[in-house]
Amino acid sequence: MGMTITEKILAKSSGNKIVTPGESVWLNVDTLMTHDVCGPPTIGIWKHEFGEKAKIWDKDKLVIFPDHYIFTANKHANRNVEILRQFAKDYQIDNYYDVGTERYKGVCHVALAEEGYNVPGTVLIGTDSHTCTSGAFGMFSTGVGNTDAAFILGTGKIWEKIPETIKFTFNGQLPEYLTAKDMILAILGDITTDGGTYRALEFDGEGVFSLGMNERMTLTNMAIEGGAMNGIIAADHVTEEYVKSKGVYEYEIFNSDSDAKYHSKYSYNLNSMEPLVAKPHSPDNKDTVRNVEGTKLTKAYIGSCTGGKISDFKFASKILFGNKVKVPTFVVPASTQTAKDLEVETYNGVSLKEIFEKAGCVIAQSSCAACLGGPDDTIGRSVDMDVVISTTNRNFPGRMGSKKSEVYLASPLTVAASAVTGVITDPRDFL
Amino acid sequence: MEKIIKGKAFVLGDNIDTDQIIPAEHLVYSLTDEEEAKKYGHFALSGVPISKAGLPKGGTPFIEGDNFLSEFNIVIGGSNFGCGSSREHAPFALEKAGVKAIVAQSYARIFYRNSVDGGFLVPTESEVELNKEISTGDEIEIDLENYKLTNKTTNSSYSLKQLGSVLPIVEAGGIFEYARKNNMI
Ligand code: SF4
Repeated sequence: MGMTITEKILAKSSGNKIVTPGESVWLNVDTLMTHDVCGPPTIGIWKHEFGEKAKIWDKDKLVIFPDHYIFTANKHANRNVEILRQFAKDYQIDNYYDVGTERYKGVCHVALAEEGYNVPGTVLIGTDSHTCTSGAFGMFSTGVGNTDAAFILGTGKIWEKIPETIKFTFNGQLPEYLTAKDMILAILGDITTDGGTYRALEFDGEGVFSLGMNERMTLTNMAIEGGAMNGIIAADHVTEEYVKSKGVYEYEIFNSDSDAKYHSKYSYNLNSMEPLVAKPHSPDNKDTVRNVEGTKLTKAYIGSCTGGKISDFKFASKILFGNKVKVPTFVVPASTQTAKDLEVETYNGVSLKEIFEKAGCVIAQSSCAACLGGPDDTIGRSVDMDVVISTTNRNFPGRMGSKKSEVYLASPLTVAASAVTGVITDPRDFL
Repeated sequence: MEKIIKGKAFVLGDNIDTDQIIPAEHLVYSLTDEEEAKKYGHFALSGVPISKAGLPKGGTPFIEGDNFLSEFNIVIGGSNFGCGSSREHAPFALEKAGVKAIVAQSYARIFYRNSVDGGFLVPTESEVELNKEISTGDEIEIDLENYKLTNKTTNSSYSLKQLGSVLPIVEAGGIFEYARKNNMI
């Protein structure tokens, strides 16, 4: 019996020839990532449990990106960054990207890719549920809590149950009015928020392999919204080119066997798909943009690890070019590199930054910002009965701030079109 | 591990995500400073829209006033309990509020792992939609030896699913205790 990519990577990492879904194995972790929300408690547990002899299993394999609560006056939030800073100093952690320095990166999942930590064939564990994003690079990546991370910090090991895999095949190529966000919203509507629990989501087909790495990351990023353990896309020449440009030359490419066993299979035809939204208050509450067209908005938000990558801003700029936004619109580049790229990348000869400024958007500094609400002074946070359209990944009650607000999740094209009209709008009206 | 857990039920719906269990704005407090950590208890389940807190009626705050301990120490949920973020602050907050056990129809993976590996509370799965059978405030007894839940208020009993491969970790009281027992660390 053949194996899926996920099974092959987990077999290698656990030192087995074959693994079967359902069995529990101990994995050897290649990279551990943490941030300012979960890093301090992870360090606390590690010190408490290992006591005097607490030792980091492999300093080079630990990466720390403060990214969640950065530009805030909240003293507790700032204390968390100080704890990380002190830890990095005490233990000489080279892969620490401090706030307020040139090294500061912004949202961890995008930074992992940009800084060359995503390596095909490896196992990356992070204290953040969207760690599944890295699976776009043909690797196993998943989120865990503080205790599991503290255990890895001391031992380099974690137990995992081998997941069954669900396969999603996209036929055809993306028409100009769709993005990877529409693809994943379609999937979530079909499998619901727990359809992927303890499972791997594998993305396949021409429609996937014709995407660049940023767009592939939008697919794997939201695997967790289906409850999945990981999302994965086989590495191909696009992946290889990307990782080589980051100085990564040692990696292993795995592909699923043709006789691999899947839990289930879904297939989609991109030519017959429409722009989609997830209505309040769940990422699986799928509808077509056409069906909710005209819904009045009070805010628009383009940002986060899902929808704040340079590819997302390129999409948005196509619609915002020469237009003005009707509702407050926040542009939050996920990483500092993305922020720099906004000045370099152009559409119709104008830089994306200028397009957004002229359209009247507020451009914020790179961080998680209002994707998860955050402290009261967080830019773009939803207040009262706000109705927001956002390129982020979650619209549970209160996720972006106010419990009374409503959030629609959509592609950067749909968000840009809606920002211009002030009501939910199909991007096809502009393209 | 306590084999018999008794307490009052607090009943919730499906898809209770980690932002409802502990809203993100509160994730800034220390988990190790005992006084400060009580805030997690105080804000536990504060993100649940009040109309859906304490079913079937709703409108019951999990925590009263300035308290950090709840009068309810058994949480009854529906499917996909704990979905969303990886924050271990979620089971931590419930434990700080005095919750000893959760019984839900199913769990999101990370929340389940965190509850078990962190040794916070015992997450058990019900066979039926218990959140439709039990009302907030009912007196509940959970027998983990025999995987049985009894609603003392209505005098009904239900079977629970076996803990399976995580049982040794639950019995040890978390992943670190388990690893020490097995000479892994
Ligand atoms: S941008 Fe949002 S989803 Fe992504 S890591 Fe930050 S808080 Fe999480």
